[in-house]
Amino acid sequence: MEAILFYLLAAVTLVGTLCAITARQAVRAIVYLVTSFFALALIFYLLGAPLVAAFEVIIYAGAIMVLFLFVIMMLDLGHPEKMQAPRLADWWPALLLMLAITGSVAVLAVARQLQVPGGFTGISVRQFSRALFQQYGVAVEIISMQLLFALVGALYLGRRR
Amino acid sequence: MSIPLFHVLILAGILFALGLGCTVAWRANVIMMLIGIEIMLNAVMLVFVGASAQWGAADGQIFSLMLMALTSAEVSLALAMVVYLHRRKQSVNTDDFDSMKG
Repeated sequence: MEAILFYLLAAVTLVGTLCAITARQAVRAIVYLVTSFFALALIFYLLGAPLVAAFEVIIYAGAIMVLFLFVIMMLDLGHPEKMQAPRLADWWPALLLMLAITGSVAVLAVARQLQVPGGFTGISVRQFSRALFQQYGVAVEIISMQLLFALVGALYLGRRR
Repeated sequence: MSIPLFHVLILAGILFALGLGCTVAWRANVIMMLIGIEIMLNAVMLVFVGASAQWGAADGQIFSLMLMALTSAEVSLALAMVVYLHRRKQSVNTDDFDSMKG
């Protein structure tokens, strides 16, 4: 059951991302990407990470993508005629890279037998937060400093002069 | 839990390839390049969470949370820079920012 759901959600994620990177308008790309992030959040839930799934929806789909949308609408970039879509000549290095990576993944996929982990039911919020604040307390402090620096930098870049 | 780690890794690899392709193909548009970077970082988060599920440890999930904080810091700075560049040149096309070209 979980496996079927995983493959369905993986297909939704891949199709959403593919539509996002080939969309001709930035706003459409954002909406496709939100779809793909919702599917990815469900995959995180299936993999036993409910907190990460919630943060994926709240931070990625809720905050970061809305920030993108806000900037696109504020700068008035929604016009497809103003946004230069990549020509075929722009696509071929990207296609080459994508083919190289997916080809090597496929070669690895054929030459490997599967190993299903057993007896794992997910990590509870209690375990997660205990590890986060006891084992990785310094990392939390450093990340909060980094967010503060990003805030100061964004304020500096965004002020009028 | 009946999802093999290998399939999670395959999905993450394909997602990473798509994000890299987006960044390379849309190299004329700053916003789409940032979107490609987001896709790649999500693939990395998927690897962390999948590994956390494989070995039953919380560390991978914690690092995916750190990655999320890093991404939000990166995106806020990068979008502030996009707004700044747009204010200077009225464009988000990278070809317009070639004043250092020899």
